[in-house]
Formats: sequence, C-alpha cells, structure tokens
Amino acid sequence: MKKNKVPSDIPFYSFIWCFGIMYFALILALLYADASYTSFSEIKNALNDESIRASVWLTFQTCWITAVLSIVFAVPTAYILTRYNFPFKRLFDSILDIPIVLPPLVIGLSLLILFNQIQIFDKTIESWFAVIFSSINKVLPENWPLKFPNGITYKVPAIIIAQFTVSCAFAVRTMRNTFESIDSRQEDVALTMGCNRSRAFWTVVIPQAKFGIMTAGILSWARALGEFGPILVFAGATRGKTEVLSTTVFLEISIGNLEGAVAVSFLMISAAVLVLVIVRFLGSTNSQW
Amino acid sequence: MLVVDKLSISLGSFSIKNVSFQIPNGKYGVLMGRSGSGKTTILESICGLRKIDSGSLFIDGNDVTKLRPADRHIGFVPQDGVLFSTMKIFDQITFGCILRGYTKNDAKIRALQLSKDLGIEHLLDRNPYGLSGGEIQRVALARALASKPRLVCMDEPLSSLDEDSRESVCKLIKHLHSKEKLTVLHITHSHVEAELMGDIKFKLSDGKVIPIT
Repeated sequence: MKKNKVPSDIPFYSFIWCFGIMYFALILALLYADASYTSFSEIKNALNDESIRASVWLTFQTCWITAVLSIVFAVPTAYILTRYNFPFKRLFDSILDIPIVLPPLVIGLSLLILFNQIQIFDKTIESWFAVIFSSINKVLPENWPLKFPNGITYKVPAIIIAQFTVSCAFAVRTMRNTFESIDSRQEDVALTMGCNRSRAFWTVVIPQAKFGIMTAGILSWARALGEFGPILVFAGATRGKTEVLSTTVFLEISIGNLEGAVAVSFLMISAAVLVLVIVRFLGSTNSQW
Repeated sequence: MLVVDKLSISLGSFSIKNVSFQIPNGKYGVLMGRSGSGKTTILESICGLRKIDSGSLFIDGNDVTKLRPADRHIGFVPQDGVLFSTMKIFDQITFGCILRGYTKNDAKIRALQLSKDLGIEHLLDRNPYGLSGGEIQRVALARALASKPRLVCMDEPLSSLDEDSRESVCKLIKHLHSKEKLTVLHITHSHVEAELMGDIKFKLSDGKVIPIT
C-alpha cells in the first residue's frame, strides 16, 4: 500500500499569522503616527485652550448621559429579543441594527428631518420640545443651575440624541449576547419558587447580567466619544456650544492647526484604549462564570 | 393529590393529546418515556411554565390550570439542577421560603435542617461554581423543598450523575419523601430508576399516558 505523505502545516500557520500580524501592525502604525506627530507640550497646550477644555467637559458629560440612556433602553429591548417570540421578530431585530449600518451623515440628516419636518398635532417635534423645555424652565427655581435650551436641534440635547441613536444599537447587541448566555430555566425555577416576572428579572437575571451591562455601558460610552457625522449634521459644530472632541478635531483641521487636532486625537485614542482595556478585563472576569 | 385531566399541549408539529393521570397525596409517581416523548413538556405544563391547549390540573382539589407558576406552590427540580449562578447556596435555599412569607429566622432553620438531611451543610457559604453533579442536584432538591411545596416535580434528577452519586441521591430523595410526606412527580427515561423509586408508575408513549402495574 502506497503511503501518502501528509503535507506540512507551515503554509497554514504562515497564512493565518501573516494576515493577523499585518492588521495588528496597521493599528499600531496608526497609533505610532499620532504619537510621533504630537508631544506632551502639544497636549498640554491643547488642554490649556479654553474651548478645548470646554469641549472635553461637554464630551465627558454627553458620553455619560448617552451611556446611561443606552443601558436603560438596551436592557429591556434585548430582553424582549431573547426571551419572547412575536410576529415579525426578525424584522424588528433587523430594524434595530439600522443605526449600525447606516452612514453616520445619513443618521444626522434623518434626525434633522424627523425633528424639524415631521409634524404632530400641527407642530414639529422640535417645537414640541421647545414648549416642553420652556414649561419645565418656568417651574424650576430662578437660581436653578441647569436650564433646558429652547429646543433640540443645534443645541446640546442634539449631541446626546445623535450619540444615543448609534450607541444604543451597540448596547442592544451586547445585552442580547449577555441575555442569550443566561439560562432562561433559572427564571422558570424562580417563578415556581414564588417570584413574579419582575422579581425573577431583578433578582435572578440582572445580577448575572451585571458584567454585560457594564460592558454595554462602556462600549456605548466609547461609541459616543467617537461619534462625529450625526453630531455635525444635527447639532452643528459651534465653538464653545456644541463642540465635542470629535468636532474639535474637525474644527482644528479646518483652521489648519494640525498639531492641535493630533493632540486632541491623542486624548481620544488614550480614552478609547483605556475603555477597551476595561471591557476586556470585564469580559475575562465574566467568562469565569 | 395531583390530578391531570385530559391535558393537551401542542408545540409546532409535536403534540400531546388528552393525557390523564393522578398521583395521590404522599405518593411517589414516576412518569417514564423515551427522550423526546414529551415528558418535560408535561412536567413544565404542570408547573405553569408552558401554555396548554386544553385540559385541567388540580392540586389538592384546587384547580390550578390558570394559575401563574408562583401561585401553584410546586417545587421544581429541573434537569441539571439549574442553580442561580450568582447566589450563595444558603441564599438559594432560603430564597423560596422568604418569598412564601417565612421569617428570616424560620427560613434559616429550614435551610439548616434540609442541608443537614441532604449532607450539604459544608456548601452553604459557597457559590454554585465548581460543585459536582451530585452536589448540584442535592442543592436543587433542598431549594425545591425548602418552602414545603404541595407537589415536587423532578425532571430526570439522576440522569446526569455518576453511579455513586446516583445511588446516594436516590436514597436521599426516598428518605425525604417518607420524612416530609411529599407528593412527587419524577420523570425519567430509565425503567430501573422507575422501579427503584416509584410507588405509582406511568409510561408516556405516542402522546398517551398508560399506568404500569
């Protein structure tokens, strides 16, 4: 009997390692390029600029609000998708992915049209919000530190809505994976033990989903940090008013201050790397279970 | 007493029609059937976890057909135990007692007594992660029995255990059955298990339940 020699494994290993390392090297090269183009003093100068400092502060505030809102909406939405069957579920699921696949500028444009062209009871949504906000402002005490603006478009709430529209879709995906990994029979047991649906959810499901919730929140935060297109169209890029870090980079480039733009970019990269490390850490803690 | 009267359930192309059987109070009933014959579906319907098409369910003379799982007061031991992964063993056992209105002290006394009976006292401070199959089943049993349910439903409680654990869990279940005068519905695919455990035996075949004498 003729014995065939088994071909070597070297071509297979070369193939997978070659492409993996090439992509990894591209990302490292990008980080190196940014790091080599800026310096600690450039970053310090950027942080000393009042408008950039305001931009950092506004970015920080809007990203946290977006992350919290994303979790509040993503947890029930993902739970419905994993635990219940209903007509057109696949269509519902696909629609929830639209913000992930749509071009960012289109999302901004869609938000602009939704708030300023679609009328409900003879008023645009923008006008309704203006009415609601001014009514709330009238009720608030005179010296109340936080007053609502007289509308949404080209104001701070527009930044949050633009960030939320995209970030929440990512949070839903993350929470869906989390709920799918939790055995639904645990809820069944809790129901037979005397829980109603709500109690089973809060005492059995949520404690197990806490790492998933944190991961979803952090990813939403990171996604909100990098959002640019929808913010530019729906909130504008007015210095000191609707300027967040991504729009700062755009504004610095547009006035020819490449060093300033790179310094701000470096701040964003540092925040993104920190977030990814935290997510990976939470992921590894979670996998123990 | 458990009375299942003309129970019909359909799941896509699979269906069970007009299933009837009874288990008197304090008796150990075993429902046998091949894998995929619908045993778990019947058990989950009795627990209120699955919708039924028609038929009635009575426990101790009360019609529970339309009651929510929480209101049926059934102790459920699912296949593989299915412990709550973030709760300590002590909390798993007292959880049902607290929900059924026990004081914390009474729940603790009950948990300690059951854990002694089942030989799991050393596990009370632990999380379920890393427990053996036999330990998981014993904890699941303690959790199901803690609030003194009117009926205990067990879904293949011995199937995932090795020979030694199976024998010890078998003895413990029989011991608790006689000590606590439990009414039990145990489902299995094993004839040997049915012979060993059951006071009353039924066989589920082609969607029908036949008593075995």
